[in-house]
Amino acid sequence: MARHVVATVDEIPPGGRKIVTVRGREIGIFRLGDEFFGLINRCPHQGAPLCQGAVVSRLVAPVPGEYHLTRPGEMLRCPWHCWEFDIRTGKSWCDPNSVQARAFDVAVEKGATLVEGPFSAEAVEVTVEASYVVVTM
Amino acid sequence: MNMTVLDRRVDRAAQSHLGFIDCDVHPYTKGPNDFDPFLPKRWLEHKQTIGGRSRQGLAKTSMYPRMSPGNGMRGDSWPKNGNHPGSDLPLMQEQLLDLFGVAYGLLAPLVGGAGGERNVEFGAAMATATNEWQLAHFCDPDPRLKAAVQVNVEWTEGAVAEIEKRAGDRRFAQVNIPPRGLEPLGRRRYWPILEACAANGFPVSLHLGGTSGHASTGGGWPSFYHEEHPSYVQSMQTLVTSLVCEGVFERIPGLKIVLVEGGFAWLPALCWRLDKHWTRLKAEVPHLKRAPSEYVHEHIWVTTQPIEEPERPQDMLSILEWIGPERIMFSTDYPHWDQDDPRYAFKVPLPDGWKDQIFRDNARALYQLD
Repeated sequence: MARHVVATVDEIPPGGRKIVTVRGREIGIFRLGDEFFGLINRCPHQGAPLCQGAVVSRLVAPVPGEYHLTRPGEMLRCPWHCWEFDIRTGKSWCDPNSVQARAFDVAVEKGATLVEGPFSAEAVEVTVEASYVVVTM
Repeated sequence: MNMTVLDRRVDRAAQSHLGFIDCDVHPYTKGPNDFDPFLPKRWLEHKQTIGGRSRQGLAKTSMYPRMSPGNGMRGDSWPKNGNHPGSDLPLMQEQLLDLFGVAYGLLAPLVGGAGGERNVEFGAAMATATNEWQLAHFCDPDPRLKAAVQVNVEWTEGAVAEIEKRAGDRRFAQVNIPPRGLEPLGRRRYWPILEACAANGFPVSLHLGGTSGHASTGGGWPSFYHEEHPSYVQSMQTLVTSLVCEGVFERIPGLKIVLVEGGFAWLPALCWRLDKHWTRLKAEVPHLKRAPSEYVHEHIWVTTQPIEEPERPQDMLSILEWIGPERIMFSTDYPHWDQDDPRYAFKVPLPDGWKDQIFRDNARALYQLD
């Protein structure tokens, strides 16, 4: 396991995303409020580039005709077959226990901590002043 | 290393899926005037001053609009210039033809409105234009793509003339007929068209969708696209039943029918039912010399997408066996939202022989491809 600096915090606004490559794997980094989450850019269904999908809410209807929008901006809809995944966990809406997109551990760390290393950040210049999004894998 | 990569797939095509034949690829127009160069002046003026008359109630949208954004298109298939998915040959090559080294792609144009046009002479003109457009924009620039002859089946002479005009042109692989017609396809009014297809070596492909103006189910109009989607299967069942029971396959022994995008798990059950009743109701259809399932097996091919996904993946093998792996052909349906990826569509490993048949050999033989 190693830590990889993949972006500055300012680079990804709330509701935004960035798709990065870490150790040969494409990972979508999503920001919900001040939290960051990472999902593999590959749908477990048929391999589509999942992280290019639309970010949506979860729409629930306890009974026909009654609708609630919940979890605004926290679901990711695959660009191919529209399977939806929880950005926080990678779990699918249709079958959360057995169909999951791999989630990665993502954290925010101060540049002052990071400069002590070890970490890899070939494409992100790390300075003491800024905060960074770090993926561990 | 860290880099933003928005345009590239992580994975590459597995060797085992290279070189398949895709039996359902959708070309689209770049704009509303794409067909104009191929229309005679008389019909170009008609298009510009009067326009199309379809058999559905909504203008400029489908009866069951798909998800947005995207109108039912694969989310990553929009060309950067904003044109419609399927309109950009280089992108189609990148995402489908070159990625998998597709040997041949069978085009199924869902544009032009020729098949559903109520002014049948304009429909025939649009059919001709759509056929020329396929050649000019897709088949001539990329000969892996094979065109499908468009016709308007409500004008027999026009349809037969178009089929005969394309006969022998190897750029055309089959004739497209809309599966939702004014009457079931086995009715005698359509026989001359079906005879022309068989006589000229064209299989007939029935690609789901469209509307004839009739309710899309036997029980009325559905409310949701989710409801409409499985109703396509009903239209396929109607066609198969009609073609069999009207005796079309006795009358036209060379007729080959391809059911595109209508699923296939239902086909064995329909055959069981038809066979069961045939033993009791033979006197009503004395022209049927053999069990309905025998006609189906001899004359009907199915394409795979949208693939059936049984709860127990291994059940797929039974379904394939019941139909016969020699009658099943792989299709992606690029660039639609419910398209299938050849690497992952089947959730169960196929026996090697079946795999070759389904991904290549059946289509190669049916369409007489090299």
